[in-house]
Amino acid sequence: MASRVEIINQGGFRSDGRRQFELRNIEIDLSQQGQADGSASVSHGLTQVIVSVFGPREAKIRSHTFHDRANLNVEVSVAAFSTGDRRKRSRGDKRLLEFAATVKSTFEPVVQTNLYPRSQIDIFIHVMQQDGGLLQAGINATTLALMNAGIPMVDFVCAITSGVHSTSPLLDLTTLEENDVPNMTLAMMPKTQKISLVTMETRLHVDRFSEIVKLATQAGLAIHREMKVAIIGRAKVLTESLESGNRQSGSGMEVEEKYE
Amino acid sequence: MITFTPFPVNTSDNAYDAPRRHPDLYDEDEDMQIDDVDEPSSTHGSKLTCPGETLTSSQAFMRYSGHGTYVQNEEVIASVAGTIERVNKLVTVRAIRSRYNPEVGDLVVGRITEVQPRRWKVDANSRQDAVLMLSSVNLPGGVQRRKLESDELQMRGFFEEGDLLVAEVQAFFSDGAMSLHTRSLKYGKLRNGQLVTVPPILVRRLKSHFLTLPCGVDVILGLNGYIWVSKHVKDNEQEGEEGFDAEAVYSNVNDDIDESTRMAISRVTNIIRVLASHFIPLTDAIMLEAYEWTVEQEGGPKSILQEDVGDALIAFLAASR
Repeated sequence: MASRVEIINQGGFRSDGRRQFELRNIEIDLSQQGQADGSASVSHGLTQVIVSVFGPREAKIRSHTFHDRANLNVEVSVAAFSTGDRRKRSRGDKRLLEFAATVKSTFEPVVQTNLYPRSQIDIFIHVMQQDGGLLQAGINATTLALMNAGIPMVDFVCAITSGVHSTSPLLDLTTLEENDVPNMTLAMMPKTQKISLVTMETRLHVDRFSEIVKLATQAGLAIHREMKVAIIGRAKVLTESLESGNRQSGSGMEVEEKYE
Repeated sequence: MITFTPFPVNTSDNAYDAPRRHPDLYDEDEDMQIDDVDEPSSTHGSKLTCPGETLTSSQAFMRYSGHGTYVQNEEVIASVAGTIERVNKLVTVRAIRSRYNPEVGDLVVGRITEVQPRRWKVDANSRQDAVLMLSSVNLPGGVQRRKLESDELQMRGFFEEGDLLVAEVQAFFSDGAMSLHTRSLKYGKLRNGQLVTVPPILVRRLKSHFLTLPCGVDVILGLNGYIWVSKHVKDNEQEGEEGFDAEAVYSNVNDDIDESTRMAISRVTNIIRVLASHFIPLTDAIMLEAYEWTVEQEGGPKSILQEDVGDALIAFLAASR
């Protein structure tokens, strides 16, 4: 593969100064956003995604209800300012529809939808910044937002992109690298180490495939650790304020009660 | 914000190589693994977990999965992030934030979304819209009789789309949807006030969910997290009592509300918003204390929503414990 950009330089560094297997900085914010039941903002380096989850709630469209399970509804919107060249994407964009369908099929076996018959779970993905690994960021943020909304799930879903430059595998690609090397996105469940999604838009040599899958699985475990810390940390903050409020209510004041 | 450690991590201490379970559910003889995340702190009672964590595989616990858990390969595994609760041999996980989980007898505040034949659909912050049957409402005038076809035709005269009401959970349908009733004088259409929504976990079961604050404001704490704050109605003017002002029960017109009552209503709703944003459970005592504090402060009710004032309020409440 002849490339104008140097993917790995002689010192073994990538264009943004990372090593081959180094991931970008992950930032997770689980604070409440608007009226959403659960929300999460995840950034992998310069890629930033915000996901809001509403539900389970009554389906707006009657034909979208199933009598035995909840319906997952995924909608994706990309901010016009998210890429280098300012471009407005319409809602009917085929690439976005495919992106939404991919996220939906990734989460359908993980979310315990059978507990909520006739309901709908709305997942709104907003892409704020893109620098490669969009699907990865979208899936990771959706996992966290669903957990934040208290929706039962079998396990976390951790996604990671990986690629190969000649014979050396790379993890967590930027846009520059994504355009230049064969790559794939993999989503895995850390508990069972099952893989819930493998997708690629480029051709990847079959001899390299198993090596990359192994690497990406390990990277998924590393991402899982970060996500778990964030989820437990958020739960801790909320339970602490709940409990401190309960302690106070012990000192009962007299309030006239209207209906006895 | 979390900063990430560079990859590759040392895989020799991979915590997922061995089956893990929550430290609190360990058997004595098993060697403890250090949870690499966060030891559930012993300073307070709740033990936290998150999806995919094994809670127990011990024979001592039930093979039956409680709420927030599932069973796989004879292990009980958490499916939500939250606090672990144990009742004898049943382990459950209670999600911190979730939609309202109805129980029979709960008091809820809801909004009509749809009028259907012989029933209304009510949004009550639950996983499906609730159902209010025509046969479970009171007729104006307090007469008790079977509902006729003429009543069916004037259903919008009772409740229209968008109307707010307070009701009680009566029963469940087979698919888990709840059925409401308003067959009491204290239930029915809401007016003269303002709705504020909070996470349902912040509303605890109280002796009475109808509160009257001394500032001339009534508060209805719906267990579904919908809270109605309204002008105080005196007991003897209670609508619909033995045919007294029977039409007023389903009236759509607000009473005259004077300036000071409006201010008090906004003050109470803003206090509830601030408490909810800090995730503090709502009780009558805490609301009263907060009200008294805000009255002493400069600035009207809307200043409560400013971040610094809100934080000062929370700090005051924490200090007064």
